[in-house]
Amino acid sequence: MEQSKLRMSSSPHQHARENTSRIMLEVLMALVPAATLAVFFFGLRALGLMLVAVVAAVATEALLQKLSGRPVTIRDYSAAVTGLLVAFGVPAGLPLWIVAIGAAIAIAIGKQVFGGLGNNPFNPALVGRAVLLASWPAQMTTWVAPFTFLTSATPLGGGARPAYSTLFLGAVPGSLGETSALALLVGGLYLIWRGIIDWRIPVGFVGTVAVFSAVFGGDPLFHVLAGSLLLGAFFMATDPVTSPMTSWGRLIMGVGCGLITAIIRLWGGYPEGVTYAILIMNAFTPLIDRYVRPVRFGAARK
Amino acid sequence: MVNFIKEFSKGLIKENPTFGLLLGMCPTLAVTTAAVNGLGMGLATAAVLTASNLLISIIRNVVPNKIRIPIYVVVIATFVTIVDMVMEAFVPDLHQVLGLFIPLIVVNCIILQRAEAFASQNGILDSIADGLGMGLGFTGALTLLGGIREILGAGSLFGIKLFGEGFQPMLIMILTPGGLMTLGLLIALLNYLRMRRTA
Repeated sequence: MEQSKLRMSSSPHQHARENTSRIMLEVLMALVPAATLAVFFFGLRALGLMLVAVVAAVATEALLQKLSGRPVTIRDYSAAVTGLLVAFGVPAGLPLWIVAIGAAIAIAIGKQVFGGLGNNPFNPALVGRAVLLASWPAQMTTWVAPFTFLTSATPLGGGARPAYSTLFLGAVPGSLGETSALALLVGGLYLIWRGIIDWRIPVGFVGTVAVFSAVFGGDPLFHVLAGSLLLGAFFMATDPVTSPMTSWGRLIMGVGCGLITAIIRLWGGYPEGVTYAILIMNAFTPLIDRYVRPVRFGAARK
Repeated sequence: MVNFIKEFSKGLIKENPTFGLLLGMCPTLAVTTAAVNGLGMGLATAAVLTASNLLISIIRNVVPNKIRIPIYVVVIATFVTIVDMVMEAFVPDLHQVLGLFIPLIVVNCIILQRAEAFASQNGILDSIADGLGMGLGFTGALTLLGGIREILGAGSLFGIKLFGEGFQPMLIMILTPGGLMTLGLLIALLNYLRMRRTA
């Protein structure tokens, strides 16, 4: 049932041998490099957090769909992707039960209350993360350094500013899946190459943050590599359900996310703003789709 | 007497002002961070509602139609001032917590709606029954919301600690988003139960 609802862009359409589970499997594959490096940097704790989050997300999806008498669609892997993305957004020292609650809330409040995949206005993984951040702020912002597990601040949060190469590889304190720019670029470029995500959102997002931070006296390269910018730009802002359908709309989405992120980072009360930037732009997505309309197929441009 | 019970009981579940009519959302979301706050706010509103229903029902035939709303507001404001002063004198702690939301009962749409839709067209006894039922329905809803939010968000109920030291409360539940989520899920649950009963 859900597979027929997959809408990636405006008409005209051509049939392709694609469906939700194939796409979600490709997204999972694209997340493997970041997940591997997370385990490398933060050890088996990272693996445990990811497993618990995925199991909690899939179990919640199955339970709620069973309770509401709808077909159980856990085999489309979308719940698994959401669970993994929730785990990517938490620090390595987080108690396992908190990440389990986050993944369950992401599916229950972020997705199933709206009617399941395709109907949710906000990215479920980010809803889960925002709820965790508001509920257990101390645990959610206690970052640990890779390998040593000593509590330390993130580069964006006022911690030591590492060399660009360290930042690029990801050996810095931060959320599990966000630290390694290298792994995220590999995964993100793979998705663009496979045609699963549109380059306009990540390019607009990252480009805006770089330009904006350069104009206002920041270090553009540092702002691109640090924090969860690349994770959000490639894997969260591009969620087909919660991002605009047209090319121009997607560019607007990316630029909007970048603007809000940069504003929060430079002048806001939080060190990082990617989560809130994407959630805010998710809310604007229906409006963008309403105003940015493509020329109808065959119609003349005025 | 049958009518009295009917008018009284409709506000409790079927036409519950919070879950059925969705009235009075501002105090509902703002003060239900703990069960005792919800109970206090609900009872204060119920007292004002019953008294204003009674008085408006008495004067309903002498109130000129064109200026009825200002007159209702004056009646309601009188009772709110009394409740405000009584609470400040006898339950100062609760009065402190509820703060501005007690004077704001004046503009609580449940009270004005009951005055307009019921007390101005019905007899004294029925109006009292309606006010009591709606007021207690509101009190029950606020206490339920406050209870759920207090248990999850602070680990206690009516101020009594429920869990051991290891419990880490879910702070969002006593913030505004927690109130909105709890309210939405409770309304969904009640609608579901209602649909099952009629099906």
